[in-house]
Amino acid sequence: MNHAFLEKNSIVLLIAILIVVAIGGIVEIAPLFLLHSTIEKVQGMRPYAPLELAGRDIYLREGCYNCHSQMIRSLRDEVERYGHYSLAAESMYDHPFQWGSKRTGPDLARVGGKYSDNWHVEHMISPRSLVPESVMPGYPFLAVRKLEFGDMAARMTALRLTGVPYSDEMIANASADVVAQISPDTKEAESLVARYPKAQVRKFDGVPGAEPTELDALIAYLQMLGTLVDFTEFDAAGPNLR
Amino acid sequence: MPPKDEVGAFSHAMTLLTAIVGALLGLVITFAAMDEVMRLHGLIFVVFCALCGYYVATHPHRADPSEKSSYMDGPIKVATIAAVLWGVVGFLVGDIIAWQLAYPDLNFNLPWTNFGRLRPVHTSAVIFAFGGNVLLATSLYVVQRTSRARIAGYWAPWFVVWGYQLFIVLAASGYVLGVTEGREYAEPEWYVDIWLTIVWVVYLLVFLGTLWKRKEPHIYVANWFFLAFIVTIAMLHIVNNLSVPVSLLGTKSYSLFSGVQDAMTQWWYGHNAVGFFLTAGFLGIMYYFIPKRVDRPIYSYRLSIVHFWSLIFLYIWAGPHHLHYTALPDWAQTLGMTFSIMLWMPSWGGMINGLMTLSGAWDRLRTDPVVRLLVVSVAFYGMSTFEGPLMSIKSVNSLSHYTDWTIGHVHSGALGWVGMVSFGAIYCMVPWLWTRRGLYSMRLVEWHFWVATIGLVLYVSSMWVSGIMQGLMWRAYDKLGFLKYSFVETVEATHWPYVIRATGGTLFLLGGILMAINVWRTIRGDESVDMAEQPDTAAAPELRPGAAAVPAE
Repeated sequence: MNHAFLEKNSIVLLIAILIVVAIGGIVEIAPLFLLHSTIEKVQGMRPYAPLELAGRDIYLREGCYNCHSQMIRSLRDEVERYGHYSLAAESMYDHPFQWGSKRTGPDLARVGGKYSDNWHVEHMISPRSLVPESVMPGYPFLAVRKLEFGDMAARMTALRLTGVPYSDEMIANASADVVAQISPDTKEAESLVARYPKAQVRKFDGVPGAEPTELDALIAYLQMLGTLVDFTEFDAAGPNLR
Repeated sequence: MPPKDEVGAFSHAMTLLTAIVGALLGLVITFAAMDEVMRLHGLIFVVFCALCGYYVATHPHRADPSEKSSYMDGPIKVATIAAVLWGVVGFLVGDIIAWQLAYPDLNFNLPWTNFGRLRPVHTSAVIFAFGGNVLLATSLYVVQRTSRARIAGYWAPWFVVWGYQLFIVLAASGYVLGVTEGREYAEPEWYVDIWLTIVWVVYLLVFLGTLWKRKEPHIYVANWFFLAFIVTIAMLHIVNNLSVPVSLLGTKSYSLFSGVQDAMTQWWYGHNAVGFFLTAGFLGIMYYFIPKRVDRPIYSYRLSIVHFWSLIFLYIWAGPHHLHYTALPDWAQTLGMTFSIMLWMPSWGGMINGLMTLSGAWDRLRTDPVVRLLVVSVAFYGMSTFEGPLMSIKSVNSLSHYTDWTIGHVHSGALGWVGMVSFGAIYCMVPWLWTRRGLYSMRLVEWHFWVATIGLVLYVSSMWVSGIMQGLMWRAYDKLGFLKYSFVETVEATHWPYVIRATGGTLFLLGGILMAINVWRTIRGDESVDMAEQPDTAAAPELRPGAAAVPAE
């Protein structure tokens, strides 16, 4: 074809450009919604409990992803440093994903349970009091800010629209479950754990009371990261314990 | 056909009506919104619509015949000044966060000043505010001159330029106040995304409409690149930002996709923000301003065709190289790597076409600092489009990914290519737009060039050192087979490279300030201090009504 034809017809040029730039994306993205390896479920994965979700929203709000990845690559040193390589299923409820692109700080995909709550509290308020070489900003304001969770049901409803399997019961109990997760040894906490298996229930910031702070939510999120799948039983070659 | 007056009056009334509806919508948001940021943004929107409405109402559209016989440069002037201002702001914020990484106490531990919130302000300010305004200004300038047609639309081009500034203000103020979608370079929340979509579609229509009015039979090569940039960015922006808002009166939304699908879509978007926003658009600049400044034709017409189609086809595939060894399927990673390596060829085809355009005019490199800015930018384009394919190779990427090497690579492209070619284009365009005989000072341009180049070299080399060091330390083992370094030891080791990087950034910022002074004094009409040293570069002739030129086939 004579290229002059394209140069003289702007609409033909426009359509040609659109076709040419659409191909790559279609080939690379569309199969990911269909392929077994990218949509398989793995035992243990569940949607975030409301307090964890609120913590995740704070993680996003403060831009933690600018310095921390949540994706352990299948490389020897990464697996030894951070734990089992990350599975696709482990971020299946992450809207948006938080794999990150830069490690100014360490990977957080499996930070859950690595440090005590108390360590996190101190570290958030003043990172260099625990790690003198750290360049992380301090987040003392999280400890004094009350968590806003009046719209948790609305947030979970929006997530349900994107495909996260929140049940009616979960949404109806959204706000109550936030409080339940910081109120150990209560009936509400028991039913929370029934809805969200492996949910950890305690007052994460160490300050007693029934009013959750933003720090409670963030630490609840950090402490559950990477803890849902039991890798002592996981078999990548097997049926993945579906 | 209705008389011209009627069309004018109708478009005037519709514009006014839109402004009023917008202001009312803004009022509703201001009073009914669920959160403070949404209220603030509602208020900003009211002020924006009210100012637009007031201006339109007090400046009735008279179908003045003289208007048809000249190019429309008002919106281009606004975008040029905005580019210079946002550039300085973007470099400043970037340098602040660079110093924060070297001296973390500079975070002040406040929500609004911490690194995590300021980093998106920096990236959006330099990419979308500085780069975007340069692209708006140059594309609308070039499309008129190379089509010999006035911009399509009367208020529409103004809307594109001011609507784009509103997008920037909403996005940046949102980040500082903690409103973000949490994906790099796509941080603006859903309602800001919708606003940008509206502005962008009008931009596309204005650009296309100008092409439709052209008196030249052929669409000039720079316009192919601008068109590909506008269309592809529209596609990427819309698909990647699909999300579900929590409330129509609140800022928060969740992305439609999750996990691996979201990651792939995001890097399909992210890498092509580089490929189409920061490359194709700026290649359009190269294809107009280099030939114009050195008064030579483009080296090869055939090369420009091959380079254009192969570049836009291959770029789209390169996204998965951001996801090597992750949970993305292996075939997609390999595909991304393969296409990234292939991309080296069209990139260098473009570089060769730009550089060889200087054939017979290489002396200008010595005598004209603006030409030097343009040529060095193309050289940096060549360097970073070689480094990129190298880093996309999986085994190299296993070392470089997550480290400062990536940051250095991005900045050799962003400061070296995008920054320098923009500076060159701005220095060309300002005297042409404001019909000055030359720039206020060519020696200031010389200073800008050297300060920016030294800053750039400091930046890139320090990031190579710290990036490769991080990568090697993370994977180092001792004799007994244990990991040799704790993570924090690698943080400690990067301190001095970070200081050098931030120093380089300060120099680059200084260059931006010199440019702002120079541009300001040129616009103000100050007597040029070194007119004798300035090359004689003519702007494109004014719009002449008349028959279309017959091209020599």
